[in-house]
Amino acid sequence: MTGQGGRLSLQDGLRVASIGLRARPLRAALSALGIAIGTAAIVGILGLSSSSQAGLLAQIDRLGTNLLTVEAGQRLTGGEATLPLEAPARITHLADVDLAAHTGLLKDAKVYRNRLIPEAESGGLQVRATSLNLPSVLTTGVARGRWLNAGTARVPVAVLGATAALRLGIDRVQPDQRIWLGGRWFNVAGVLEPSPLAPDIDSSALIGYPAAQRYLGYAGVARGERQPGPPSTIYVRTATGREAAVQALLAPTANPDAPNEVTVSQPSDALTARAAAAGAFDSLFLGLGVVALIVGAVGVANIMVISVLERRSEIGLRRALGATKGQIRTQFLGESILLAVIGGVVGVLAGAAATAAYAGAKGWAIVVPVEAWTGGIASAVLIGALAGLLPAVRASRMPPTVALRTA
Amino acid sequence: MTGGRHLELAAAGDTVLELDAVTKAYGEEPAGGARVDALRGVSFAVRRGELVAIVGPSGSGKSTLLHVMGTLELPTGGVVRIDGVDPAGLDDRELSRLRARSIGFVFQQFFLSEHATVRENVADGLLYAGVPTAERYRRADEALGRVGLADRATFKPTKISGGQRQRVAIARALVGRPAIVLADEPTGNLDSTTGAAIMELLRELHAAGTTIVMITHDEGLAGQLPRRIRMLDGRVVGDDRRDRDVGATPADSAGDRDVLAAPDDGTTDHSVLVVPDDGASEGDR
Repeated sequence: MTGQGGRLSLQDGLRVASIGLRARPLRAALSALGIAIGTAAIVGILGLSSSSQAGLLAQIDRLGTNLLTVEAGQRLTGGEATLPLEAPARITHLADVDLAAHTGLLKDAKVYRNRLIPEAESGGLQVRATSLNLPSVLTTGVARGRWLNAGTARVPVAVLGATAALRLGIDRVQPDQRIWLGGRWFNVAGVLEPSPLAPDIDSSALIGYPAAQRYLGYAGVARGERQPGPPSTIYVRTATGREAAVQALLAPTANPDAPNEVTVSQPSDALTARAAAAGAFDSLFLGLGVVALIVGAVGVANIMVISVLERRSEIGLRRALGATKGQIRTQFLGESILLAVIGGVVGVLAGAAATAAYAGAKGWAIVVPVEAWTGGIASAVLIGALAGLLPAVRASRMPPTVALRTA
Repeated sequence: MTGGRHLELAAAGDTVLELDAVTKAYGEEPAGGARVDALRGVSFAVRRGELVAIVGPSGSGKSTLLHVMGTLELPTGGVVRIDGVDPAGLDDRELSRLRARSIGFVFQQFFLSEHATVRENVADGLLYAGVPTAERYRRADEALGRVGLADRATFKPTKISGGQRQRVAIARALVGRPAIVLADEPTGNLDSTTGAAIMELLRELHAAGTTIVMITHDEGLAGQLPRRIRMLDGRVVGDDRRDRDVGATPADSAGDRDVLAAPDDGTTDHSVLVVPDDGASEGDR
């Protein structure tokens, strides 16, 4: 006999620890299910929030963070301030400003699908005069039809933001497509795609400044001349990395007389904040996942207690064959951990699959954070160890004669 | 039918198992009325190569005796020596190693794993002895050959007969080449024909040199074995041995005398240590 009789090899240990699972696969599967559900919930939540975060960050990346907006703020005396007519031109001359577009909100003009719509049902839509370079500054594409040009900017022609088109029920652009805008008919030239960095544009009908002045009387006086305006929002593309420097100069440049009446913001901040919020886990679902894990742990502990009682004769036999108390303890502890890890692995796979399906449908990048799946499996090991500890100790302390008597 | 020859061999060998005034009590000491004396001063020795029946009615203490011999329980008093080792001073690890190396168990209920093959069941007899896997399987096949089941190695225990299952269990006990095999009513769950075949197998193994102690309540089975130790009320009340096997006529075998009635007879012509009813155990009562 060689007979050092110490530890079992890993292979033997695994074989012995999996005897109970192989003998009763259905029972093992059901008791692992609780852990699988809990792990799947946690991994799914972490995966989905990470994926949606990745989706938003990708969107921010695409839209660029170098867009700044300049808006008229509040007067010190109360009431709304306006931007000077010359503000866009001045801003264009700033170093590090690549492009500047601007729109002017026509507060009194409303837009309807036709003239029969009651005046109150404006649908929250706004009418804005716009500079012609707006889509390129916002990197917003034209979904249907055409954008304004120098010609159509002078005539009663409008381009609709994505939301505005939806609310007006216009899903295609036909030559005779008209809307009732500011008390007269305007033709619809095109529909824009959604513009996440400038949500106001989405819910607006956009017309050229000359048309706004001619048909809706939207004009101010600058350097002794009547000009269309004033702009209410200026969109500025800066050189990448120079946002902060430009941001500091924008207010005094836009309105040197009253820089404090100008509000400057970075619209990508809002998206960044949303991405951060998406990364924050849904604590309710995480909590449910933890509860499922605890219930699963209780289930595994329960099964292990039953298993130890049922397998007394096996314990007695193994003791008679020379198993130490420690080896019996390891066997049942190993079985419990194995059970929980199977549940954990299934849960991680299910959670990852749910993440993949949802993120795929949303067009996000599929991200299952390393912490989520390693944490899921690690917590399964921990749960298995905790759940199996008491039954395993019980099994090891069972006197071999008692174990053999109850055959 | 070669038992006689091997007894001579055995007589030349050393002692494998030795019990000296072994007592075992259960329950509270000493005032409690629940105290049960299962063994009351048992002494005997088994030499290498012997085939011994421990026979007695239920409640006579023979199961406790098996547990004490197998180190599954430690005695309350007295000394047990298995293969020269006294288990009294050993910790769990050393005790387990002793069981793994020196003792083979055969149980009435076989205790086979239904989900493992016959070969795996037998190989598990070496699992805790630190034998590498390939060697375990090689020796399992060898042991299966010895019990005549070489062709059943890949079967599951559910696919073989009860007698074959007990052969598997015997192979598992043999696979580690233990100093002694302890069999607890090995034919108890078998019909008489199958039981007889198992007895034949035990005799064959004995003939090949294996030391076997078999516990039984069946006088008829015990009568087939060369040596019988009779238990009653936790004491050895008889130990007789005959030099011829069961085939011999009763008249020419001194061992066939009924020693139950006359315990003092037990030690007369054989050199086995027997203390059927001494003063110490009287005092235990």
